[in-house]
Amino acid sequence: MHDLRAHATQHHGPPQSFIRKYIFSTDHKVIGKQYYGLGLVAVFVGMGLSWIMRLHLGWTDLRIPGLAWLSPNGAPGGVLTPEYYLQLMTMHATFMVFFVLTVAPFAAFGNFFLPIQVGAEDMPFPHINMMSFWVTFVAFCILVSSFFFSDGPALSGWTAYAPLSAVGAVAGPGQGVGQVLWALSIAVFCVGQLLGSLNFIPTTLDMRAKGLSLSRMPLTVWAWFITSCMGLTAFAVLMPACILLIMDHVVGTSFFIPSNLVVSGQIQPHSGGSTLLWQHLFWFFGHPEVYIAIVPAMGIVSHVLVTFMRRPLLSYKVVIGSMLSLAFLSYMVYGHHMFVSGMNPISSLVFSFPTLIITIPSTILVLIWLGSLYRSRLRITTASLFALGFISMFITGGVSGFFLAQPPIDIMVHATYFVVGHFHFVMAVAAIFGIFSGTYFWFPKMFGRMMSERLGKLHFWLTFVGVYCIFMPFHYLGLAGNVRRYQAFVDDYTMNLIPIHRFATVAALFTGAVQLIFLYNLVHSRFWGEKAPDNPWESTSLEWSTTSPPPYDNFGGRHPIVYHDPYQYGVQSATGSDYIMQDSPEEEQPEAAETNR
Amino acid sequence: MGVIVEDRLTASYPPTARLTGGGGPTGLTPNGRRFLSLHENAPPPQSTAIWVGIATIVMMFAALTSAMVVRQGASTDWHHFDLPTILYFNTLILLGSSITLEMFVRAFKRHKSVPMGYGTAPALWLYITLALGLLFVIGQYVAWHQLNSEGLYLASNPSHSFFYVLTGAHVLHVLGGLGGIIYIIGKVHKVTLQSSTLGVATKYWHFMDLLWLYLLGLLWMKL
Repeated sequence: MHDLRAHATQHHGPPQSFIRKYIFSTDHKVIGKQYYGLGLVAVFVGMGLSWIMRLHLGWTDLRIPGLAWLSPNGAPGGVLTPEYYLQLMTMHATFMVFFVLTVAPFAAFGNFFLPIQVGAEDMPFPHINMMSFWVTFVAFCILVSSFFFSDGPALSGWTAYAPLSAVGAVAGPGQGVGQVLWALSIAVFCVGQLLGSLNFIPTTLDMRAKGLSLSRMPLTVWAWFITSCMGLTAFAVLMPACILLIMDHVVGTSFFIPSNLVVSGQIQPHSGGSTLLWQHLFWFFGHPEVYIAIVPAMGIVSHVLVTFMRRPLLSYKVVIGSMLSLAFLSYMVYGHHMFVSGMNPISSLVFSFPTLIITIPSTILVLIWLGSLYRSRLRITTASLFALGFISMFITGGVSGFFLAQPPIDIMVHATYFVVGHFHFVMAVAAIFGIFSGTYFWFPKMFGRMMSERLGKLHFWLTFVGVYCIFMPFHYLGLAGNVRRYQAFVDDYTMNLIPIHRFATVAALFTGAVQLIFLYNLVHSRFWGEKAPDNPWESTSLEWSTTSPPPYDNFGGRHPIVYHDPYQYGVQSATGSDYIMQDSPEEEQPEAAETNR
Repeated sequence: MGVIVEDRLTASYPPTARLTGGGGPTGLTPNGRRFLSLHENAPPPQSTAIWVGIATIVMMFAALTSAMVVRQGASTDWHHFDLPTILYFNTLILLGSSITLEMFVRAFKRHKSVPMGYGTAPALWLYITLALGLLFVIGQYVAWHQLNSEGLYLASNPSHSFFYVLTGAHVLHVLGGLGGIIYIIGKVHKVTLQSSTLGVATKYWHFMDLLWLYLLGLLWMKL
């Protein structure tokens, strides 16, 4: 049995050629960094698109330099056409949700740290792991390529609702080739993530080190494991949905197009499809997807906070139970995106109820974090600041979710900026803060150098203020009736809101510029940062028991044996420190644990 | 404060459980304070991975099934047609290939000459499985051709579309399975086949069988 597992991982020496070391690498650490790099590129592309959108929203006739070169049809003279605004909006969301929020917290950090935190040498199927990255990369390239066809990318939103997304080029620019490329890119992306789950789950279940029982796994491992189980079911539904959408375009089927539909003055030659079918298939994926985006961040934040509080959370098991309930319930709530879609109103009740129930585990998690923080002597580092920021953002975004969960309220605020504010707080900001927290926490381990704490704290505070300035006003805008996905505001009740949009635009540009501090910190520290010790944060999990960065086989030939649970902080260790590493054979001293409370 | 616990085998572990992160006894055999993990008893990762893969494929066909059910209910243009008879013959071929694969597995277990499970069983049963699998794929193609000649194309009616999509998706997965069988044949010739690898291929192939039986039933009911 042991030999089989040994065979499952690589037992030949480290690769020698540049290509095998850095390009087509089967080393999970390199794959994790590649995913991180992909996420970094995608986030700047997505942010750039959002700047253009926000500039247009604030100043509709603004000429944006360079845009006419990128798309002479979409932005003649540098002024966005309404369709081009929708195209940029679609691509902004698609890049962000798929290539940033799924890639960075799950694929990037998960690939790098899951094997190390369970004490394994690598994932069990390194070649499949390599394929998972390159398939995701191909999906990214397909999506980017849609900018460069004459009609531009799809404009139907990242949700690609039928029939707009299914009828083809007659519906508008980008709806022909652009939409097909979008669907193809997403289908390929799904395959890439499924290949990832194929590695994550066996690693967690079968590759754990001796002594590492399930109840000794760090919360990050639990989070990645739960996320990969969710990804398994969610991406497997989106992929056939995208294939059916492509078929509607290319082959002439009518899965999603009803009969007698008139588009741009022409009756469409399709019959009897169901537009609601697309929404059901999409949101069955879509809701678990947003939990796929947030659960790894929850794991990271829990792990980071425990390290810097120097004591465990109030209850490890309840945190896991809450994450599991979130995952389980996420499949039952998807219809809350469809309250006004025309589906049976009784269904709205059926979906609203679990949506309200799902606020319970979310609230439990927040209360555990806050309760654990109470009277702790939290060490303030950039990583812990971003973890605190995550909690703040998650509360803010979550509270607006309570309102959206109820159909009578949702009917009023659906498709307004209220919703945009809600999901930007929980996804765009909270999950991103989780990524930042993980970055500042794990950068020393990944690259062997420390990031600048001074720049990090500056990055945190400016970003924290900036994102509140951008997204808090959105709740007000939504309640005032500001509809989303509009490229300009010409009604008198929305025209009065333009100054708020301009404020949000300025805040967005400012916050975007602040991210350059992070980028500078990242690049500068990578090459010229202070050398990092093995365990700069005095953390207990297995990744800190190896060198920074870890050697090729993670532990230098050693097979770690785990003796403790992952959060032995606030204890009296034999060496005089207040923590005991998971693989330290020393025993815990019970009395000393009282001193921290 | 509190009880100082000496015996970790019977008391709640760790003694400061309310302060530490949990991780109590897992029901595994303790060895003093060092618990043995699942490590020695864990299945090979291949067998977990194949179930992960099967779960994924099940979800995909579940999505297509629900799409079909919804689409049928969405309008009145559903054209019911008789399934080509060759499909039933293809079903027998596929079931036969599962039987022949199982014959190889038994021969492999009997011929295992080294503890690692490297067998020297002849690959004949594998060749038969491969041939039957290819025959199934050809038979499916014949079924499509037959429907084409009757005027039933991919886009001619939603019921036709689903027939082609479901059977086409299944055939693509079967082709993947055939690739796995070829890989196994290669391993047998080099005498490096492990039981875990064979287990993966076998589970996948039997799953293709079960999936086909499900699809046949679904198509028979709905089309």
